[in-house]
Amino acid sequence: MEEKKFSVVNKPIRKKDAMALLCGKPVYLDDIVPSDCLIVKVLHSPHAHALIESINTDIAMKVPGIEAIYTYKDVPNKRFTMAGQTYPEASPYDRLILDQRVRFVGDAVAIVAGQDEKAVDKALKLIKVKYQVLEPVLDFHKAKDSEILVHPEENWQALCNVGADNKRNLCASGTDADGDLEGVMEDCDVVLEHTYHTKANQQAMMETFRTYTCIDTYGRLHVISSTQIVFHVRRILANALDIPKSKIRVSKPRIGGGFGAKQTCVTEVFPAFVTWKTKKPAKLIFTRQECQTAGTPRHEMEMQVRIGAMNDGTIRAIDLYTLSNTGAYGEHGPTTVGLSGHKSIPLYNGNLEAFRFRYDVVYTNVQAAGAYRGYGATQGIFALESIVNELADKLKIDPVAIREKNMVREGQVAASYYNERMNACALDRCVARAKEMFRWDEKPLRQDMGNGKIRAKGIAMAMQGSGISGMDVGSATIKLNDDGFYALSIGAADMGTGCDTSLAQIAAECLECSVDNIVVYGADSDSSPYDSGSYASSTTYVTGKAVEKACAELREHMASIAAQMMECDKENLIFTSDSVCTADGSKKVSLGEIAARSMNGNTETVQVTVTHSSPLSPPPFMAGMVELEVDTETGNVELLDYVAVVDCGTPINSNLVKVQTEGGLAQGIGMALSEDVTYTQKGKIRENSFMQYKLPTRQDVCKLRVDFESSYEETGPFGAKSVGEIVINTPSPAIAHAIYNATGVWHRELPITPEKVLMGILSNEN
Amino acid sequence: MLIELWINGKKVNAEIEPDMLLIDFLRKQGCFSVKRGCETSNCGLCTVFVDDKPVLSCSVLTARAAGHHVVTLEGLQEEAEAFGAYIADQGAEQCGFCNPGFMMNAVAMFRENPDPTEEEIREYLAGNLCRCSGYEGQMRGIQTYLAFKREKGASE
Amino acid sequence: MIKIAKYVKVKSLDEAYELNQKKSNAVIGGMLWLKMQKKRVATAIDLSDLGLDVIEETPEEYRIGAMVTLRQIEQHAGLNELTGGAAKESVRHIVGVQFRNLATVGGSLFGRYGFSDVLTFFMAAGAKVELHHKGVVTVEEFAKMPRDRDILVRVIVPKTDQKIVYLSQRNTQTDFPVLTCCISKTEEEMRCVIGARPGLAVCLRDEKGILKSGITQESAAAFGAYIRGTVTTGSNMRGTKEYRCILAGVLAKRALLKICEMECEG
Repeated sequence: MEEKKFSVVNKPIRKKDAMALLCGKPVYLDDIVPSDCLIVKVLHSPHAHALIESINTDIAMKVPGIEAIYTYKDVPNKRFTMAGQTYPEASPYDRLILDQRVRFVGDAVAIVAGQDEKAVDKALKLIKVKYQVLEPVLDFHKAKDSEILVHPEENWQALCNVGADNKRNLCASGTDADGDLEGVMEDCDVVLEHTYHTKANQQAMMETFRTYTCIDTYGRLHVISSTQIVFHVRRILANALDIPKSKIRVSKPRIGGGFGAKQTCVTEVFPAFVTWKTKKPAKLIFTRQECQTAGTPRHEMEMQVRIGAMNDGTIRAIDLYTLSNTGAYGEHGPTTVGLSGHKSIPLYNGNLEAFRFRYDVVYTNVQAAGAYRGYGATQGIFALESIVNELADKLKIDPVAIREKNMVREGQVAASYYNERMNACALDRCVARAKEMFRWDEKPLRQDMGNGKIRAKGIAMAMQGSGISGMDVGSATIKLNDDGFYALSIGAADMGTGCDTSLAQIAAECLECSVDNIVVYGADSDSSPYDSGSYASSTTYVTGKAVEKACAELREHMASIAAQMMECDKENLIFTSDSVCTADGSKKVSLGEIAARSMNGNTETVQVTVTHSSPLSPPPFMAGMVELEVDTETGNVELLDYVAVVDCGTPINSNLVKVQTEGGLAQGIGMALSEDVTYTQKGKIRENSFMQYKLPTRQDVCKLRVDFESSYEETGPFGAKSVGEIVINTPSPAIAHAIYNATGVWHRELPITPEKVLMGILSNEN
Repeated sequence: MLIELWINGKKVNAEIEPDMLLIDFLRKQGCFSVKRGCETSNCGLCTVFVDDKPVLSCSVLTARAAGHHVVTLEGLQEEAEAFGAYIADQGAEQCGFCNPGFMMNAVAMFRENPDPTEEEIREYLAGNLCRCSGYEGQMRGIQTYLAFKREKGASE
Repeated sequence: MIKIAKYVKVKSLDEAYELNQKKSNAVIGGMLWLKMQKKRVATAIDLSDLGLDVIEETPEEYRIGAMVTLRQIEQHAGLNELTGGAAKESVRHIVGVQFRNLATVGGSLFGRYGFSDVLTFFMAAGAKVELHHKGVVTVEEFAKMPRDRDILVRVIVPKTDQKIVYLSQRNTQTDFPVLTCCISKTEEEMRCVIGARPGLAVCLRDEKGILKSGITQESAAAFGAYIRGTVTTGSNMRGTKEYRCILAGVLAKRALLKICEMECEG
């Protein structure tokens, strides 16, 4: 492995905001916005599908302190999408701020703004709505070509060719294939086919959705929001409110977690509309219940996988059909589904001769889905990794060995991954290292502990991308200031991930200074350089590269000034942490002196903005192994050990990539074992609070042992790829595998609760 | 109704609504460290001390706190800095939104049980949800901090 | 969220009782459950000033005030020595320390919640509740009584020589239980309380004399099978009725075997 020496990168540097956060300083939205503002709340639909026949707000308006109540009659009749994506968005324009047709239990019916919460709550109760209740489409298997249409409206619009058709309840549909699938399948010794099902999991970031809006000095709408995507929010609001983008400024404070949830404009449009109409400041904070029922969870998916292999374990063909449930609106529907195939099938690129990936994304009358860490890859990998484990079991091949035989390796070109070449791939080393840490070969698949418990192990691999190839844009502005400190301005959003710090590390590495010498500011649509936003595992790889390039350019400008000052040639100067000197060391000027000169009679710029985009999306890779114990009398599953080894390229901050990994594993464990989303017959979500939607506590998450095997990605900053999303992908299939080894039952639907485990054991016995 | 209580050692007199929750009162008093993550008493983000006991301020009536001593993280800055540094050195603070409640309850644990086992730590802090960290970094930070305290105690 | 018009810290139980006769008024315990309800309370009655937040010990019993928190139960040395730690085991999974520092014994019992770990434990422990108006009744009786507007003053745990074991099954460690089981064995009788059925806890006894010649692997299994066949369960989000029946049998068997171990240890 190539050993690169870094001085700031790949170090466990403390996050710049760490102590402020740990000491409880007021840095989040509701801590910093003026309390003197209108309180905004949304009236939500109690029906899964209905038309508003009449809506009477007269009595509600009489509640003292109520400023305004808006209904569908008041908003622009111009459809838009709330998905934070690059224009033209793949997600269809299928929303209005408020619509006469409500499409899920929780859909917005009215907006109420008043001077305090009590008045607003009272008014909400006094709005009289008469609904024409319609039959909903609740079963996503029956949605395609159903007589009941979720979006019958004529002004529904798909901007991109994603196979969408609102008259068929289709948000997207398509096929990608390579090779003679049926021919290869026929030639295989064994063909296995199964169907897997994952649920509409919640991101459950601790800070719920929230937005504050006001009119600034220039009569513009200033939106302060807990968002990952300030620039997309600006466009989405301009679309929704039907006002020019120049009238909107969006900025973000510290964010209390996002995980993709805040890549969708869940709350922004409501207070923005209130403020635009009333010209008064307004604030909307979603309750946890609203987050759980009117948020933007993971797409529920059902995946039919067919895998063709030889008796020796050679995997030759994969056929995947994904049915994705986008719910009432199409945010991220056409794109998430793509990852279920494009970021699972390439894992088995080694001997793959043919693949086919087909998908339908359907509208139904349940909560609209959105972006959640893993973004479809998580679902696809659960299916594909599970069926590979089933195949290994059927062929009596060690599940690690079958992976060693078929996994994608460095240098390979993957037809199933847009024909991209895997320039940096250490998946083989990840598996080898995980095997060693876990002591895989020393442990049996299944061991009866003699006390009613069975101990077992399981494995899964995963991949993701690093940004959206050929689309995501990252920019960085780096500026030299007095005394020689630097200001780094970014449009990417640190949502707890620590990108303010890791991007500063990249800058510090380039500028050969301490990370403390760099202040970071972001993100503000008025002042930050353009960035698509922090999603799709793009920030380190795309924006990080922009930082690296910007710093290199700034060095040139600083050298020019230094050369002027020392009256020497610019070419042979040496850049050090605090000064620039001539090659022979005879002359030297400090950064402070260069900075001072830059502000005195200077015409050479010391501020550089660079914009970057990559034609590639180099995948990070990982291997996960779990050991657990099943109580065969109660079905209880106790996790004992989880080993994960990740190839994220060069880890920019060794602490933060580790914690990202551990956090992703814990979320994956929740998805595998306890986080469920179920509906009543009328389509209402049962798990509408943290009392019912069970996140894993620290007593539920076992020891997590994380290590890194780094490849070096030449197109990334200092060899980095990404780490943010991939880490959620292994727990579900690895845990399902271990539970099979313990009980002899495959669980192809998540979560795998103790009851399902026990009932599986019992039905297997009979 | 009129109440008198102590917030971070300072006597406060205030006129409140009978159903005002302590979390809302404290935030109104400028204690912005106190966060709300749910409505069902499940997340632990709003943890404060009432008479030195960690409680969920989202589930206490301000009226009931009358006459009592309330401490928020604003009143524990020294301890927060000392212990917080160990969490920061793991990068385990992440988004930070759950940090104040976690810090409060961890301090309560250290006071009650200065030398907890790993299992005791998991149990004492089970009511503090964190969605970012996977809890491992927090555990490492706590254990490094405890090791430092033990060493310091031994050398004193 | 609950709305409260008036708040009163009462000076006496009589005052509390009197105020509580009005349907629109409510006694607030730990307020954890009450808080989430969407009702309007005219007067919130707070018993905080009545000295009911202590556990008193007499030669015959522990007298636990209604305002004693679950955390106090968890940490009380005497009560846990008496119950072999079952008192602690019955509460330690409830959400978290901060929650248990608020939740009161009175609130937990008076609500007679189906999911209640606390009710399961006290019923098995042969405890009684002292009601201001009706006086002292066993928890077992109290659980069956119609809800009225009395005031629960304290819970009395007799210092009976008994072996007691508490077990529960949960989908995650701090979630509501899918099922609870607490078995206590005294010279006279054996009580097997099954809670979170999800209905109210019920007390079952060895009516068939399955255990009359002592607890063995076989008799414990037979008793488990008996419980599984006898107990009435239902379905909710956390589990089906079939799963709960199986769990009831398994937990009862395990609790018995644990009691057997304790007996062997003396």
